[in-house]
Amino acid sequence: MFRPISRQLSQATDQPSNPLDLIIEFTFDGRLMRARNGDTLAASLLANGVNAFRRTSISGTERGPYCLMGVCFDCLVVVDGIGNRQACLTPVRQGMVVEPQRGARTVDALENTDQ
Amino acid sequence: MTEADTVVVGGGIVGASIAFGLARSGESVILLDEGDIAFRASRGNFALVWVQSKGLAMPAYAAWTQRSAKEWNDLAAILRSETGIDIAHSQPGGFTLCLSQKEVDARLTKLQQFHSQPNVAHFPYEILDHDEVKRRLPHIGDKVVGAVFSPLDGHANPLLLMRALHSYLAMKGSEYRPTHAVEIIERTPEGFRVKGGWGEIRTAKLVLAAGLGNARLAPMVGLEAPVKPSRGQLIVTEKTVPFLHNPMVTIRQTNEGGVLIGDSKEDAGFENVTGTGVLSVMADRAIQMFPRLRHLNVVRTWSALRVMSPDGFPIYDQTSCDPPAFVTSCHSGVTLAGVHAMTLGPALAQNARLPETLAAFTPKRFHVPAN
Amino acid sequence: MNRIDNIDSIADRYDLVIVGAGPAGLAAAAEANQLGLTTLLADENISPGGQIYRAITTTPVKRRSVLGSAYWEGLALVHDLEKSVVDYTARTVVWSVEPALDDTGKLIEPTHFEVGLSQTGKARLIRARRLILATGAIERPVPVPGWTLPGVMTAGAAQIALKSSGLVPEGRTIIAGSGPLLLLLADQLKRSGANIVAVLETTPRGNFTAALPQLADFLCSTYALYGLKLLAKSRFSLPMRRKVSGLSIVGSDCVQRIDFNDNGISRSIECDHVLLHHGIIPNINMASALGCELFWDESVHAWTPVVDDWLESSVAGIGIAGDGAGIAGAPSAAVRGKMAAIAAAAALGRIDVASRNTMSRPLKKQAVRLARGRAFIDRLFCPTQPMLRPTDPSTIICRCEEVRAQQIRDVVNDLNVQGPNQLKAYLRTGMGPCQGRMCGSSIIELIAEQRGVPVHEVGHLHLRMPIKPITLEEIASMPQSQAAKNAVMR
Repeated sequence: MFRPISRQLSQATDQPSNPLDLIIEFTFDGRLMRARNGDTLAASLLANGVNAFRRTSISGTERGPYCLMGVCFDCLVVVDGIGNRQACLTPVRQGMVVEPQRGARTVDALENTDQ
Repeated sequence: MTEADTVVVGGGIVGASIAFGLARSGESVILLDEGDIAFRASRGNFALVWVQSKGLAMPAYAAWTQRSAKEWNDLAAILRSETGIDIAHSQPGGFTLCLSQKEVDARLTKLQQFHSQPNVAHFPYEILDHDEVKRRLPHIGDKVVGAVFSPLDGHANPLLLMRALHSYLAMKGSEYRPTHAVEIIERTPEGFRVKGGWGEIRTAKLVLAAGLGNARLAPMVGLEAPVKPSRGQLIVTEKTVPFLHNPMVTIRQTNEGGVLIGDSKEDAGFENVTGTGVLSVMADRAIQMFPRLRHLNVVRTWSALRVMSPDGFPIYDQTSCDPPAFVTSCHSGVTLAGVHAMTLGPALAQNARLPETLAAFTPKRFHVPAN
Repeated sequence: MNRIDNIDSIADRYDLVIVGAGPAGLAAAAEANQLGLTTLLADENISPGGQIYRAITTTPVKRRSVLGSAYWEGLALVHDLEKSVVDYTARTVVWSVEPALDDTGKLIEPTHFEVGLSQTGKARLIRARRLILATGAIERPVPVPGWTLPGVMTAGAAQIALKSSGLVPEGRTIIAGSGPLLLLLADQLKRSGANIVAVLETTPRGNFTAALPQLADFLCSTYALYGLKLLAKSRFSLPMRRKVSGLSIVGSDCVQRIDFNDNGISRSIECDHVLLHHGIIPNINMASALGCELFWDESVHAWTPVVDDWLESSVAGIGIAGDGAGIAGAPSAAVRGKMAAIAAAAALGRIDVASRNTMSRPLKKQAVRLARGRAFIDRLFCPTQPMLRPTDPSTIICRCEEVRAQQIRDVVNDLNVQGPNQLKAYLRTGMGPCQGRMCGSSIIELIAEQRGVPVHEVGHLHLRMPIKPITLEEIASMPQSQAAKNAVMR
């Protein structure tokens, strides 16, 4: 679990409020979560107490982000129906529907995207 | 003194399959191979065990292929029981999907030509229209006009096949010697002396299964293998939950879940690189066949060099001396692994001769002057 | 700077495409622009800065003392870029680079590269006369038992969370491993309010002795003062345990504790986070996939691209700048970025050789000065075999395919495996979505161990495009020549 650094430590004196600090909402596994606009999805999930983002396709064990810089592919989630998205490279957006990536991508998840 | 009953030059699927047959017949075998990086069709192939349309203009190839598809069941079973490795062989029947009436017509013409050959081993097949294909493969796209289906077609995992064959050979006491590229082969009174930068080795019998390397090596023992590279590019996607149980000639889902897309052919010399243009055509056609593939992530693309003879059919030949040398060159090493392991290897061990049925595959056929 | 958020607005042709907007890429882009090259700076992240200056324009951590002056130095690089007319595209992956061909399949003259870009699910090919790869570094992946558990991250990842989102780990946090970032991060996180229950330093005793001959050089370097201060501070303010070994992280669904050997005594500390750090190595995936020759750099114990005096790789037209061409830190990366841009301008005939030499002379001097002290740091933190070759047979080596150390040792032995490409065929190590980024360096250690040869004799994974995964639809949208169609439709 991660938490925001204290305001006293983050804010320079006389700093005008940052427009990026606007709060947006998204869901993860059906739970409503709040996030700082401009953050990555991975950071937002960590800030909401989510450590495990997915289950592996081989043993089904839980994994969470490891590198946060696009290298490890362990922060994979389903974003608005599209599977295996790297949460650390995806900006969080208002109304995003996010699910854990449970094993391999499913045909059903792909079907939703067939037009 | 010879070090082995037989030395096999080439540690790919062809060499290892023949070595399997030799070792299973009780021979001591030494397998010579190159190192980590080499032109290795065995690591880059599409892994069909494919029967339909094989052998147009060469009935012997049709029979040999069909026999291999049958022998595959035994090979897979033996490898499973002896090594514990399931090489994911299945024979659910395969489709050739067509995206235009022109493609359907071309297929039909070929099928008719094939089955009108005298003494050809017929294979069962069905011609399906869009609706029938859709009934059998619910995920196909609207652009699929029709398909040819043959129940004899199957597929396997070629990398597990390689691992299982090599595991079997190790268990049977055969020796695998990597980084043993062969430079020179000489005839000796008791057989052959095979040399390279690593030293030399003496053997009674010799099998050349060195893929494209056969072109250079075969003449050293008085044989020929005029093979050239034909580049094929492949795409593999991330793993998905199984949805495609039958192999297509250009698309199949592997046992691990990745979708493999392939079957390009280019005359590109020894350049085993990929090119976005060809990959794009392959990807485009795959999406037309199965629109749901569209959003899958591509994890890797690669190319491999097929071992292509002038007429596209395999080459099998032997020397008349005793003990003999043999040469095997083909591009369908996975399909033919069944006969190589279960028929050819044992024949070379027991009779030190090629099976009679392989007489048609002599490279002497390329000497017939063209009109 | 011209920020492009829509891939279709990227131009068809550039003199120069720079991959990566860290210090090397930022500096290269601004310099190239000064020299009149039309330039595209393509970066995977949301905002410029790379990892070292991550989120420098957007970080919520505004109090400068928290991230430190070395971080805020990056702002000048971004400001230089902002003043330029460079096209900058964020969230953009370069997934392929090929020589551009004409319709008949011949190389076009003068030579161009065809560069495959992908941005939010849409791909394009553009052309560039030259490329500069500024893909930076990755943290050296060092497998320890339990390193795949949720709650385990790299130290760099925790720093990224702090820089980009102002997040600090909540709960008992342990920082473990060896490398210059270890104390830096521990200090930074502690000042940010994290509960650091232990810093487990695994640098072995012998490393300091081995590094001693380089100490004098280090003491004259730009790092010395900062490093010594940090070291002194760590003694009093951080719960240090030095020369520990045998790290093993334990937990069922997430981290519960870490076990280790503390100078002969087995210990165990309960915790909620483990942050691992084992130094950084060049991120070579793109260079390798483009066919750039690599060499084994024993000083950092990693494969590194070969570059000449003008930072050009073995592939003509492709330069490599920054830590991706050898680890030397952010200030050096920026200097090398500038040099690569000057070299590119000269190669394209925008400046003559004399100007190139004049312009780059002070930069070369700077690079030499900034390289001072590296040898000491490299030697001090050079990983040892026991760290890189986990003895616990169940340690996962390939995270994607979940291949364990024992499986690798067995197959290498039983089947006489020579290198990582053969092993990949047998065990799928390196076949997952990370494309070998996380396991490539460890696999070769285990093969070398089993074969009883030096690591460099084992080689490295042979990489191919896409350099990062893109969708099948994106590949299908690429131009299809008649020759390409003929190769598929028969």
